[in-house]
Amino acid sequence: MTTRGVGGWRIGVVAETRMLTPSGRSILLEVPGWSGNIAGQHADVRLTAEDGYQAVRSYSLASVGVGDQLELAVDRLPDGEVSPYLVDDLRIGDQLEVRGPLGGWFVWAPEQPGSAQPGSAQPGSAQPGSAQPSSAGVEPVQLIGGGSGIVPLIAMIRSHRAAGSRTPFRLLYSVRSPDDAFFRNELEQPGDDVSVTVFYTRRVPDAWPRPPGRATEAELAAATIPAAQHPTVFVCGPTGFVEATARALVAQGHDPHRVKTERFGGG
Amino acid sequence: MAAHTSRNMSPSRNVSGSSVLDGNVLAGPLAELFAFDVTTARERCASCGDVEALASAIVYSSPMGWVVRCPTCEDVLMVMVRTAGRYSLTARGMTWLRVDR
Repeated sequence: MTTRGVGGWRIGVVAETRMLTPSGRSILLEVPGWSGNIAGQHADVRLTAEDGYQAVRSYSLASVGVGDQLELAVDRLPDGEVSPYLVDDLRIGDQLEVRGPLGGWFVWAPEQPGSAQPGSAQPGSAQPGSAQPSSAGVEPVQLIGGGSGIVPLIAMIRSHRAAGSRTPFRLLYSVRSPDDAFFRNELEQPGDDVSVTVFYTRRVPDAWPRPPGRATEAELAAATIPAAQHPTVFVCGPTGFVEATARALVAQGHDPHRVKTERFGGG
Repeated sequence: MAAHTSRNMSPSRNVSGSSVLDGNVLAGPLAELFAFDVTTARERCASCGDVEALASAIVYSSPMGWVVRCPTCEDVLMVMVRTAGRYSLTARGMTWLRVDR
């Protein structure tokens, strides 16, 4: 039996929480009947006040795979009406209404073992016997996250890791300061299968070689997979960041239809 | 639904506030109306002719519903209004919607 109501809403119970940054909180929800999601998908969360007023927000899922547990990672927006509640007030055992998993566009799934990724640009272009890298026939993936826009991208990295995927993965993470970085330990794990470049925009760690500031277009080009390799690019962050980044990528020769964007706001 | 009441949910309700998002956010509401994920469908803008995934459209979200605009020319593609017990949807700004099955 599942607890799925009108409109697809299910009841989730808060199982665990953890502060990721001074304003960001990881929330583990136990949602009977959830049955898992692929990387990049989101969930709608609905809150109901005592007077019946309801607010719905979409949150990217940091978790991936099968099971009835999901992980949200929420950043508190000062003027938001939902995120301050989720970050500051929500307690273990509290209930939330959840709908999902949602979205089939800003998503990534690992290639099937022994075959090229579906949608691979040139089937048959990998020549047998030639000195191709092990990733031949698999489209590389460039992830670009701004602030809490890292959340769906961490799900993709977790999915990549869990599957032992050979798809080349690269991450550019733009964040205000070291203290504001979500999932910092996870991204710094040694022996990583993902190449990570971090740009600090307001404050840098001690002895960091670069002064704080947004990545310039030249730095963006240098820190990402070149357009000539036809990467699929996932860009997630605040609207201004997403638009500036997508524009710069297209100017650098990336196919606009390979640049997938997700912007957030309205917390 | 008293059982799911959220304590202290909103110190300040910005009911009139509209936020700028994108078509990804429509996956949940549209799932109430359609049997497939409409956000992955491609649409052709009736104004500029550009063809894009609905997920990449610009979405102005408010408590009353959503205004969906073309990411290229920003003309209105679709408006969805939600009232008690009813959804109203107009897609006059699209020439067509194409779904890969």
